Amino acid sequence: MNRRPGFVVYGLLTAFVIGSVGPLYWSLIIGSHTKSVVNERVPPLLPGGHFFANAGRVFETVDFWKALGNSLLVSTVCATSVVFFCTLAGYAFAKLRFRGRNWLMVFVVATMAVPTQLGVIPLFIQMAELGWTGHVWAVMVPTLVTAFGVFFMRQYLVDAIPDELIEAARVDGCSMIRTFWNVAVPAARPAAAILWLFTFMTVWTDFFWPMIALPATNPTVQIALQQLQSGYYVDYSLVLAAAVLSTIPLLVLFVLTGRQLVAGIMQGAVKG
Amino acid sequence: MTLHPPPAPAGDVTASTSPAGPPAETRPRRPRLTARQRLARWDVRLSPYLYISPFFVLFALVGIFPLVYTGYVSVHEWSLIGGKGEFVGLDNYRSVFEDRYFWGALRNTLSIFVLSSIPQVVIALALAGLLDTALRGRTWWRMSILIPFVVAPAAVTLIFGNLFGDRYGLVNAALDLVGIDAIAWHVDTLASHVAIATMVNWRWTGYNALILLAAMQAVPRDLYESAEIDGASRVRQFVSVTVPMIRPTVIFVVITSTIGGLQIFTEPRLFDNVGLGGSDRQWQTITLYLWELGWRLRNLGTAAAVAWLLFLLIVIIAIVNLVLSQRIGAGSRTRTPGRTLGRTRGGTP
Repeated sequence: MNRRPGFVVYGLLTAFVIGSVGPLYWSLIIGSHTKSVVNERVPPLLPGGHFFANAGRVFETVDFWKALGNSLLVSTVCATSVVFFCTLAGYAFAKLRFRGRNWLMVFVVATMAVPTQLGVIPLFIQMAELGWTGHVWAVMVPTLVTAFGVFFMRQYLVDAIPDELIEAARVDGCSMIRTFWNVAVPAARPAAAILWLFTFMTVWTDFFWPMIALPATNPTVQIALQQLQSGYYVDYSLVLAAAVLSTIPLLVLFVLTGRQLVAGIMQGAVKG
Repeated sequence: MTLHPPPAPAGDVTASTSPAGPPAETRPRRPRLTARQRLARWDVRLSPYLYISPFFVLFALVGIFPLVYTGYVSVHEWSLIGGKGEFVGLDNYRSVFEDRYFWGALRNTLSIFVLSSIPQVVIALALAGLLDTALRGRTWWRMSILIPFVVAPAAVTLIFGNLFGDRYGLVNAALDLVGIDAIAWHVDTLASHVAIATMVNWRWTGYNALILLAAMQAVPRDLYESAEIDGASRVRQFVSVTVPMIRPTVIFVVITSTIGGLQIFTEPRLFDNVGLGGSDRQWQTITLYLWELGWRLRNLGTAAAVAWLLFLLIVIIAIVNLVLSQRIGAGSRTRTPGRTLGRTRGGTP
């Protein structure tokens, strides 16, 4: 694109970015003052010095360490499991010939339109019968492998691995699984990184299912936020300090991998 | 695996031309396979199925089976504590249809959905148009508009719940400055919908803008050149060239936000500290209604009926979407987008 943007374009974009960051900045302001500030007519424009005091109160009020640990565990396990199984299935759909391949793939794509949470009631009943309710295991199970992941990996691997490479490996005497391991896995790495990131974020930010599957004593970060807010009186300096705390891990991830995230979203839209 | 049979004696290869009798074999008989070769053949035949099986097994367990089982639960008395009761046919559905709050939830869901999808697509389009220029620091801009996406819906709702406070909220304070009376965001039905839609829009607009931007970059540049020669302004080029060219992607974004939007739960659940969608359920959505029936009133039977109705609603709207998009998309010659990264709003992907 060789159209030089002018002052107006930069101005509008800057306004949008301010709007994007503003609410986060606001939560930092409120979360770093005492609660008396909330009722003032003119709000402060700079963060105060009470953030660590408020954060300390967060850890006293709910078991935030446990919540962080749970969220980290669930998100990591789900993301890793999704990457592994979806790469395996995506590779099979992209590169191997077997009967029913096309129909099965159509089926996988169709399942993307079925929201898992519609089955939330039987899922809950099942978990209760297995005695898993209350255990983080119950939160992980529905997201161990996803239709979207299978589809995403298939789309990527179709072009990423030349057939000759697979044939060469087979002629050299590799078994099927060894071919997968030595040929497909290295080729899949860029897409796997993106899939891992997105799955991690999705699971980290999930609210509905953990809320149903977990008791108050064993929360994820999102559930801990809800517990802080559900009293008769909402102490916003406490609640928004917790909102900031809960966002820090993903912000760190974002700073480290923002480029891949942007690339992932943009690839996802056009490669058809 | 290709097997190399030993060369056959010459006499065998000539095809028989006698009219009677079956044609003689043109190929030598396969030599017996060794155990290792047999293993290799099974390896080729079974591996693909083995590789895709984890997905299908898991989907059977947490996808298809629960959906069907939901139907089974919905025709029984079924309490959260006591478990399965007697068969009641369609009574659960009837009691849902007779519940004023169900219709309210349906109305609220659709209202919030409209308020959170139309402005979002329009703004995302404009934003993508701004980004589709020779910007300095392109990657930086793209990353910046994606920041809201890393804030979880629960945190977003707490932050905006404070901004939209009825008495001390920043939004009302700002309105006060320009001489507008304070708005009762947590009382008034439409105002609460606007507040909740704002949260959804804040989190997703940048994300959708990047999807649209990717499609825009695939628009052939010579179209702009000819439009330029014809004297079209920048804005005119955007409206008459860019938008029609990326229409399939726009439709796609609308469809994905439909599936997410109809299931909205986290935002209405956390918008106040009670979590039932307001004193008169002004902003209770269908998924929140389902949760109240099942986990507050402890009636899984009626909750399952609502889940089924929601599923039907999503299917109907998806079909309507598809028909409409084929009608609209028939005229355009762009490649349809294959997919997007999994987007869910509070659901597992």
